[in-house]
Amino acid sequence: MKLLVCISRTPETTAKISFTEDGKQFNSDGVQYIMNPYDEWYALVRAVEFKEQNGGEVTVIHVGESSSDIIIRKALSIGADKAVRVNANPSSSLFVAKQIANYASENPQDIIFFGKETIDYNGSEIGPMVTEMLDIPYISFASKLDKDGDAFLCERDIEGGVQALKVNAPFGISAAKGMAEQRIPNMKAIMMSKRKPLEVVEPVEVEAKVSIDQYELPAGKSGVKLIDPENMDELVQLLKDVEKVL
Amino acid sequence: MSVLVFAENFKGTVKKSAFEAVHYGHKLAAEMGTDCHAITVGSVSNVSDLGKYGASKIHQIASASTVDFDSQQFSKAIGTFAKNIGAKVIILSHSSQGKSLAGRLAIRLDAGLVTAVNQLPDVSDGFKVTKSLFSGKAISTYSMDSEVKVLSLIGNALAPEVVNAAGEVVPSDIELEASKLTVVETKTVEGTVPLPEAELVVSAGRGMKDPGNWGIIEELAETMGATTACSRPVADADWRPHHEHVGQTGVAIRPNLYIAIGISGAIQHLAGVNNSKVIVVINKDPEAPFFKAADYGVVGDLFDVVPRLNEAIKKAKAG
Repeated sequence: MKLLVCISRTPETTAKISFTEDGKQFNSDGVQYIMNPYDEWYALVRAVEFKEQNGGEVTVIHVGESSSDIIIRKALSIGADKAVRVNANPSSSLFVAKQIANYASENPQDIIFFGKETIDYNGSEIGPMVTEMLDIPYISFASKLDKDGDAFLCERDIEGGVQALKVNAPFGISAAKGMAEQRIPNMKAIMMSKRKPLEVVEPVEVEAKVSIDQYELPAGKSGVKLIDPENMDELVQLLKDVEKVL
Repeated sequence: MSVLVFAENFKGTVKKSAFEAVHYGHKLAAEMGTDCHAITVGSVSNVSDLGKYGASKIHQIASASTVDFDSQQFSKAIGTFAKNIGAKVIILSHSSQGKSLAGRLAIRLDAGLVTAVNQLPDVSDGFKVTKSLFSGKAISTYSMDSEVKVLSLIGNALAPEVVNAAGEVVPSDIELEASKLTVVETKTVEGTVPLPEAELVVSAGRGMKDPGNWGIIEELAETMGATTACSRPVADADWRPHHEHVGQTGVAIRPNLYIAIGISGAIQHLAGVNNSKVIVVINKDPEAPFFKAADYGVVGDLFDVVPRLNEAIKKAKAG
């Protein structure tokens, strides 16, 4: 079974978010980059577990420059067998999706794993785009994936609940919390990852359809009004009459 | 040329987020000088209500039966329909269904895509629209140059107003292809508003000390008609179900009122809730970082304050 895991690089979760003065670019000064947590903790780990249980091969694919090699090696140390890096700046979701779909159509896969979203753009755009390009089913926000005979049994998160469903390969799946537990690679795995293949390929061209004009920070809160803990009537009156939210 | 809104339903009832999307579509269509069409899939009981919020025409696919969501199948049907009526902007909710469809439709229609938009586009010079990113810690403005555009609207970004558009309901001749998914079971929490759609949220964290203490939180939520949520450590410890976890790696929400009880306010938690309109923080530690992000703060023991707040709300409701 061929399992492809799409990994993305994001600022770490506690990074201070700021932009260049003209608002044109993200200010990466002093920012640490990590593998997008949904891609790592849930998508990649579940793919590796799946291979351990059912056999097969796990490939990770990443669109990015050589500065990403450190997170690709991490993915290999977590248990992927090989990696492909498309050597380009991931300029838009369409660009990234096209690279992944291009690889997957030349190297057919049974299951393509995505994280449910990246923690920077929060778009959930890549999975639907890639699966549409390949014309295969897409299971979004999955918290469970198991083999069930020749088919696969998944659970996906929906508003206020979960839905269990069956699907046949090939398909794409985006992993949410619950899919797997984070894995910390040991020293042996880290050493072994250095000998695993990392293939660097050049991108296919894509014409952009949207562009970002400006970044800004949201207006902050004007300051907290403290309420006497003995006087909850005051708080209720403020929420009701001033804020009109109760 | 028109605006097309995919109006989601759950078990045959139009979702709140669908009314928001239709109203957004109505306002955008008015600015573009065109009509707002809505499309629904499956049998929907209150489908004509979409007209109230701005749909001039409501198209129903497969109106005879309940249909389980399949993004591949829906993308084909809605994509074909959008082409047939020459829709130039397709609007979805930024929900589990909308998010799965947005990217697919953008590819199918060769369209530009911006997800999680939070305001009406500015169409005075080109087509510019803003979205929130970094879980609400930043905002970006996009220019969309493509002829066809797909947008997904984040929840609770605008309040749908009654405009009483024509709202003519017409069966669509588009047929759904056979789905490659088989839904085995759907499990939902009955009787509460799902977190992404909730206007009032009561959330609690480690300050509760023990899962057995949640009674006061549930009572407060019940009095208010609010949905309960929790912080990550509490969900990780299995004190509360995972679907209640709000924050950067949980559900991102933007209710009208968010009451945080015994939650210190780590940056990852704030990222998922800082778009709430009003934030109330109850914590015994005056140094808790959450107070900096709050509108109202109560420094006190939550085991005293929460029951008192509950009584005060009951009194206000009765009066």
